[in-house]
This record gives sequence, structure tokens and C-alpha cells, in this order.
Amino acid sequence: MENKVKTENIKSSAMTTTNEIETTVEKKETSRVRMEAKNLTIKYGTNVAVRNLSMPIYNEKVTALVGPSGCGKTTFLRSLNRMHDLTKSAHITGEVLLDGNDIYDPKVNPVTIRRKIGMVFQKPTPFPTMSIYDNVVAGLKLVGIRDRKLLNEVCEIALTQAALFDEVKDRLNAPGGSLSGGQQQRLSIARALAIKPEVILMDEPTSSLDPKSTMKIEDLIVELKKKYSIVIVTHNLAQAARISDYSAFMYLGDLVEYGKTKKMFQNPEDKRTEEYLTGKFG
Amino acid sequence: MKTLRRRQIQDKIMEGLLVVSTITILIPLLIIIAYVVYNGFGALNWSFFTEELGSPARAMQGQPTGLVHTMIGTLVVDFIGLVLAVPVGVGAGIMLSEYPEHKLNPILRIMNDTLNGMPAILKGLLAFALIVKPMGTFSGLAGGVALAFVMIPIIARTTESSLMTIPWSIREAGLAIGLPRWRVVLSTVMPAAKTGLVTGFLIAFARAAGEAAPLMFTSFGNNYLPNHWTGMIFGPVDTLPQRLYSLAISPYAQWHQMGWAAAIVLLSFVIILFVTARLLTRQKNY
Ligand SMILES: Nc1ncnc2c1ncn2[C@@H]1O[C@H](COP(=O)(O)OP(=O)(O)OP(=O)(O)O)[C@@H](O)[C@H]1O
Ligand SMILES: [Mg+2]
Repeated sequence: MENKVKTENIKSSAMTTTNEIETTVEKKETSRVRMEAKNLTIKYGTNVAVRNLSMPIYNEKVTALVGPSGCGKTTFLRSLNRMHDLTKSAHITGEVLLDGNDIYDPKVNPVTIRRKIGMVFQKPTPFPTMSIYDNVVAGLKLVGIRDRKLLNEVCEIALTQAALFDEVKDRLNAPGGSLSGGQQQRLSIARALAIKPEVILMDEPTSSLDPKSTMKIEDLIVELKKKYSIVIVTHNLAQAARISDYSAFMYLGDLVEYGKTKKMFQNPEDKRTEEYLTGKFG
Repeated sequence: MKTLRRRQIQDKIMEGLLVVSTITILIPLLIIIAYVVYNGFGALNWSFFTEELGSPARAMQGQPTGLVHTMIGTLVVDFIGLVLAVPVGVGAGIMLSEYPEHKLNPILRIMNDTLNGMPAILKGLLAFALIVKPMGTFSGLAGGVALAFVMIPIIARTTESSLMTIPWSIREAGLAIGLPRWRVVLSTVMPAAKTGLVTGFLIAFARAAGEAAPLMFTSFGNNYLPNHWTGMIFGPVDTLPQRLYSLAISPYAQWHQMGWAAAIVLLSFVIILFVTARLLTRQKNY
């Protein structure tokens, strides 16, 4: 009981800090809210995976989602580009706004949403029958873009951004499945970048990468945020601290704390956040 | 100790039962092959593969006679069936595998199972009503339609099961780069399931190739090659299973032996198809 009251307090205080941040942000950094979750609840059958979650996602910022395994990070992330649409058991209430418009509005076509909001999955998923090249440009080629020069250009830029180009430039026609796990993950990143989304959702993009590629991807994220909004799920707290501007700590389906990364990592408001960040659980 | 001993005995009994059932399947197959070859081998000469059957007199008087028109007819009718069945069967399979939430999905599943269980002769009757009646003549086309009804439910099922073996994550990856659902199925899921799909076509083709009943009153049969190749499609055509039957019930000993030879050809054809299908499945499938 006591706990619950406390959570409510924290939530409302989190909301006020959010608002404060918003106003200061508007003044200082001219950043705006790109996406926003409002009272989002996601259930699998009767099992609640995300409970009444509200938080903004700022433009040209990196937002990190952290929390112990099974707390609903992936579930929340997937709701941001309607990836749950085909999961029969998943049931979503509340709103997800992109530039103020609810992406779950029945009039909205999920395909247009997903072209604006790209996603990199937890596990690498190259298209098994396609070459490396075709994997990267799949999002363009398969909707009818045939301009060879344009495709070549996009392919090279996307692979370079994903820190993979040098490794594969001599075998672009080799099957995507012939790459190592870490290379496949970077291929998935390149594929997501090739369609030039405005928001990029990344689910533990570096969990299968070596330190060097991890660093390159982190650099990429920092580079990308100059133009895009990025939401990244990570179990690597140091990584969250390094690259994110805002952080959200989730626990058992609840958003426990949200705020500027620096503030949250140095001076968390909730005891659970503090315990998690100091490695006491999770 | 006692229980260990007992388990070993149980193991042996179980193994014995499995061997018995394997043999029960193998023996009849081997007997059929041996018997067919023994009886028909004598009729397998050059003219068997180059001449048409003609009237019974030809065989009785020892003139060259054969079943070339039957073999060509079989290929023509079976391919008409395949060409008609593949798009329909694949479409149904995609609906079954990829659109589980669609209203029509459960209905389609029941219909497909019913069609699969329906006696083949009724499919012949259906093709008779649909094609033979309006066109006023037996035809290879009607035979092909009848065989398509045999193949469609098989192709629908094999398509469904080979698409289901492709990991769900591939579809999500496709959707996540903003591809429409149908495009994801066509360009990412289907290519990955290619060998499974082709194997399914072969199995359906082999099954239909052995059917006589649906052809009796559709392609009907013919002792001669038509004068023009269009006669294969728009006129009565001979096929191996139905010719086998009519040779067997004829009163001529020479024709009986030709019937056995026709059985050898049909058997080889079907075995080759099944073995090819088997080899394809053994290849790496994603
Ligand atoms: N497709 C699904 N069907 C049913 N339950 C699911 C499904 N996906 C996830 N869940 C459940 O929802 C809860 C949240 O899962 P989710 O994958 O969002 O966690 P996560 O925070 O991403 O964990 P991790 O850090 O291990 O990736 C878990 O209890 C999980 O068992
Ligand atoms: Mg996860």
C-alpha cells in the first residue's frame, strides 16, 4: 500500500520534472517532443507487460530504456512502430503520438508509420535468401525503386554508417546469412538506416557485438541524433550513460523513473532506480 | 536389477514391433514392383515408346503398337492440372499460414480439408459438369481441371507448412522496413521457403499422376494421337492410369501385357517424382 502511494508521488513528480525539462529544453535547445506515449498499457492475453506508461521522446535526442530482464522494454519499444499488430495475443490501450497524431488511429496505415519509425531487433535478422546488397536496399527495391545509381549510393552510405562497409565491400553479392552474428546485426542496422527513418528504435543493438563495433555503433548513434530521434534499449548502463540524453527506468511493467540521463544516473529519485543502477538487482 | 532387465526386454519388444511394421510396408511395395515388372517387361520394346495403340487388331496381328500417345497425354493433362493448381493452392496456403486472423481462414481450412478427403471420382464429376458439359466434348482440359482439384488441397497444405517453418522474425524484419504485408510474404518468406514449396508441388503432382477415376469421364481416353496438338487440350486424350485400367479389362492377352508395361512406366514416373521431392527436402532449407 505504502509503496503504491510512493509510486504515485514519484510518478507525478516525474511528470513535473518532465514538464520542467520540456520548458527548459524549449528555451535552451529548441528540441521538441517527437513522439509521446500516453497512458499506454500493453497486455499479452491477461498478462500486463506495460502498465499505464506515459513519456515523451524528444527530437534529435537519444532516449535509453533500461531495466531488468522481462520488465517490458522490448514490449514498449515494439509498440512505438506498431510491431504488435500481428501478435494476436497483444492488446494495446492508450495512445502513441508521432508529431501529435496517434499512430494507432484506425485511419493510419501502419506501413507509412514503419517507414518513418525504423527498428533494429534484439536478434539479427538478415533476409536469408538475399545478398548483402539486396538486404541493405530491400526497403527501397521492394517498393519499386529501381534506380541503380541511387541504390548503390544508399547501400554504401548505410553500410558505412553501420561500420560494416569495409568488411563487406568486396562481397556485396554474398548471401546475408554468410556473415558473422555481429556483422549480421550491423547489416540489420544498415537495412534500417537505408530507408532513412525519422525515428529509430533499437533493441539492444550492440549486445552481440565486439567492443570495437560497439564503439562504432555508439558513434553512429551520436551522429544520427543530429537529425533523428533514437530510442535504444540497453542492458549496458555505461552505454546508456555515454550516449543517451534521456533515460527511462522500467520495472515490472511500470515506468518508475524518467528524466535526463545525467540527473538520473547521478541522483535517482526512486530507491528502485538507485538499487538497479548500483547493481543491487536486475 | 529386475527392472533394468525388464526395461531391456520392453525395449527389444518395441524394436521388434517397429521392424515388423516397417516390413509390412516394404513387402507389399516390393511385391507390387516385382510383379508389375515380371508381367510387363516383355511388352517394353521400342515401338511401345514410339507407336500409338490403334485398334486391338494391331496387337493381335503383331503389328507395331505402343502407348506413346498415352505418355504424351499424361504429361499434357498432368501439367494442365499443375498449372491450374499451383496458383490456387499457393494462394490458399498463403492465406492459411500468413493470415491466421482473417475471417475466411477457418472456413478455408475446413473447405480445403473436405476437398482433400473427397473421393477423386467426385472431382471428375465436378470437372465433367464444369467443362465437359458446356464444351460438349471430353478433353485434356477437363482432365487437367479434375486433377487440379486433386492437387489444390495438397499444395495448399504443403505450402502452409513450408511457410510456417520460416521464422516469424523474418516477417517482422520485413514489416519493420516499411514493406506491406503481401510484399513481405512474396519477397522474403516465399523465397526462403522455396524448396519446401517446390517439394509440395512435386508431391501433389505425383499423387495426381496416379489417379484414374477423375479422368474416366473428363479426358476419357483415346487410342490415337490427335492430328493437331490442340487436340490434346480440346479433345479426348489418353492417360496412363485410365489406359492401364481399360487395357486390363480388355479381352486381349496382348493388351493385358501392355497394361502391365503401362504400369511400369506409371510406377517409374511416380517414383522418380517422389524421390526428387525427397532429395529436394534434404537440401538445406532456411
Ligand atoms: N509474445 C509474447 N507473448 C506473451 N508474453 C510475452 C510476449 N513477449 C513478451 N512477453 C512477456 O512480457 C513481459 C515483458 O517482456 P519484454 O520482452 O518486453 O521484456 P524486456 O524488458 O525486453 O526483457 P529483456 O531485457 O530480457 O529483453 C515478460 O514477462 C514476457 O514474458
Ligand atoms: Mg527485450
